[in-house]
Amino acid sequence: MSFYGLIWRLLPGPTALKVVEAAVLVLAVVAVLFVWVFPAVAPFMPFNDTTVGQ
Amino acid sequence: MRFVRGVAGLLGELLVTVGVVLLLFVGWQLWWTDVVSDADAAQVVDALQADFDSPEWVQPKHVKLGDAFAIVRIPRFGARFARPLYEGTTRDILQRGIGHYTNTAMPGEVGNLAMAGHRTTYGKPFNQIATLEKGDVVLVETKSTWYVYRVSGHEIVPPTQVSVLLPVPNQPDAEPTEAVLTMTSCHPEFSARERFVVHATLDASYPHDQGVPAGVLEVS
Repeated sequence: MSFYGLIWRLLPGPTALKVVEAAVLVLAVVAVLFVWVFPAVAPFMPFNDTTVGQ
Repeated sequence: MRFVRGVAGLLGELLVTVGVVLLLFVGWQLWWTDVVSDADAAQVVDALQADFDSPEWVQPKHVKLGDAFAIVRIPRFGARFARPLYEGTTRDILQRGIGHYTNTAMPGEVGNLAMAGHRTTYGKPFNQIATLEKGDVVLVETKSTWYVYRVSGHEIVPPTQVSVLLPVPNQPDAEPTEAVLTMTSCHPEFSARERFVVHATLDASYPHDQGVPAGVLEVS
């Protein structure tokens, strides 16, 4: 039982192609995190306030 | 036994994934937000400069929330340090540059020109705020004028101390007679526990087309 092993087996083509496909998948996940997930989470972090106010 | 090992393997993958995502978040927050904000700020400064040079563009009297209307330069932060000054201090605005507290004085105006900026992340315009010394120049450029403010001092206050933004900082009943500037940022770095506040006073102003005397921009 291995999640990443399963993905690796499902990727089509010879090993060299699988490596490229895996890299694309990783980049896609990082892009989703950078563009949508992290910006949505950041306001809840305790170090981003610079203004004075109640 | 095989089942237990399988579950343990999945759990391991999950934990490693969580660890990698957390590291990615740190990288995003400490590095990528600077990359994005710096590029955006540079573009906005260029656009503002083009606006200042254009005869059709008029310096707005009442700036719309979120609009950039001036350029802030602080020689102590580097000869090339230039950031847009936006109207408003909402989270979105401060991720793009320096924010002007609404209803505080405009550049050169008698009263308190109050602004906020990030000390870490999002381009961190006020990263070096604690290095400012008495007499250091904070230059505010508008279409018509270069306003030269000079640092008069700093204080560290709780986040609730809004009196630093008053027309005469920290003096609720005083009638303002001079143009001052106040900058707020977080303190200590990477914390929101307190605010680092720097005050400055308008020292001189020069017509925009005349430029600023070279000596003003030198850091002692």
